[in-house]
Amino acid sequence: MDWTDRAAAEEARKGNQLAFRVLVERHSRLVFRLAFRMTGNEQDAEDMVQETFLRAFKQLHRFDGRASFGTWLYRIAANCSLDLIRARRVRGERQPGLDATASPDPSPERVTRSKQLAGMLDQALEQLTEAERTAFLLRHYEGCNIEQIAKVLGVGNSAAKHGVFRAVQKLRCALEPAWGGAK
Amino acid sequence: MNHLSDEELTQAYYGDEEPESGRHLTECAECHAAFQHLKTTLDELLSETVPERGSDYGAEVWNRLLPRLPLEKPRRVWLRWWTAVPVLASLLAVAFLAGRFTQPKAVGIAPQARQRILLITLGDHLDRSEILLAELVNAGPEATDFGEERSSARDLLDENRLLRQASARMGDASRAAVLDELERALLDIAHSPSQISAPELESLQRRIENEGLLFKVRIISSNIHHKGQQL
Repeated sequence: MDWTDRAAAEEARKGNQLAFRVLVERHSRLVFRLAFRMTGNEQDAEDMVQETFLRAFKQLHRFDGRASFGTWLYRIAANCSLDLIRARRVRGERQPGLDATASPDPSPERVTRSKQLAGMLDQALEQLTEAERTAFLLRHYEGCNIEQIAKVLGVGNSAAKHGVFRAVQKLRCALEPAWGGAK
Repeated sequence: MNHLSDEELTQAYYGDEEPESGRHLTECAECHAAFQHLKTTLDELLSETVPERGSDYGAEVWNRLLPRLPLEKPRRVWLRWWTAVPVLASLLAVAFLAGRFTQPKAVGIAPQARQRILLITLGDHLDRSEILLAELVNAGPEATDFGEERSSARDLLDENRLLRQASARMGDASRAAVLDELERALLDIAHSPSQISAPELESLQRRIENEGLLFKVRIISSNIHHKGQQL
C-alpha cells in the first residue's frame, strides 16, 4: 500500500490495522537500530521495538503531524529506552556494552578491537545525561538533523545543538586519553 | 578570524558550520589539524556496528506485536445508542399508522398527512436497512462478532413487518414485495449466530448480492424520498 507515513497514521488512527502494519514494517529497522544504540544489547533492543510500537499505537491520537512520523517514533523509542536504562540504574544493574560481535563477518582482530572500543564507549556514554546521550546517538549514528533532535527531545534547536556538543566533549575527554594508549 | 572553538569544530564535523567557519577551516592549518583530530575520534565511534536485521524484519515485528495490540472491533457510527431514538420513533409512527389502516372508519387524520407520515417513516426505515446491508456486504472476513448486526436486524424486522403490511393494504404491491425480500434477509441476519464464521458471512453476503437487494432498497428509498418531497 503506497501510503505516506502521515496518511497511514491517519488511517491507523481510524482503526485501519493494515495502515499501522505499514508503519511498523516501514520503521522497525530504524527503531531497532536506535534502541540497540541506546540499550546496548540485542534482546533489550527487540523488547524496546515492541514497546515503542505498542506505545505508538496507543498514542496515535497524539500524533499531530507537526513532526514527521519517524521523528515522533524516535521520540517514543528514545523514551522507552531511557525508561529501561533508568530501571536498570534503580536495580543497580550496569548498562551492558554494545555487542562487539555485531558485525556480520567479524575478524578476530575486529572482534578484539570492537570489544575494546565498545567497553570504553559504554563507560563514556554512562557519563552523559539522558538528553546528551539521545542527542548524540541521533546525530552521530542516525544522521538526524538538529531540528529533528530538538523535536525528539522536546527542546529548542539551540538546546539540541548544545546537547550534541556537550556529548561530544564528554566522549572526547573520556575516550581520547584511553585511545592514545590503546592505539 | 579567530580560531574555531570546539563547538564550531563539532558543528563542522556534522556539516552544520557557518560558511565563514568552513572557509577558515580550509585556510587555517591549526584549525584543520584540530578538526582532523576530532574527526578521527568521532569516525572511530562510527565503526561500532548494529546487528543486521533482514528485509522481513518488519513483518516479524508485526507478527509479534499483533497479539499485544489493544484492537477494538470497529464500531459503526449508526449502531451507537442514539440510533435507537429514530428506531423507536419510527416504530411509534408505524404502530400508529398500522392502527389507522386497520380501522376503516378512521377519523381525525387527513389521508395526505397519513401518506406523508408513512413515506417519512418508510424512507427512514429503508435508509437504516440500506446501511445495515451495505455494512454487511462490505464486511471483511475478520468481522466475526455479529452481535450488533443481529440486534439492528431485530429492530428493523418489527418495523419492516408493519411497513410491508401497510404498503400491501395501500395497494403498493412492488414496494410490499421488496419489503418482503428485505424481511427475509433481516430474518436471516437476526437469526445468525453472534459469532459468525467467514463462510457463513460470505454466504449471507452472496445472497444479498445475488438478489440485488441492496440495489432494490436503494431504488425504493430514492423513490420514497422523491415522493415525500412532492407531498
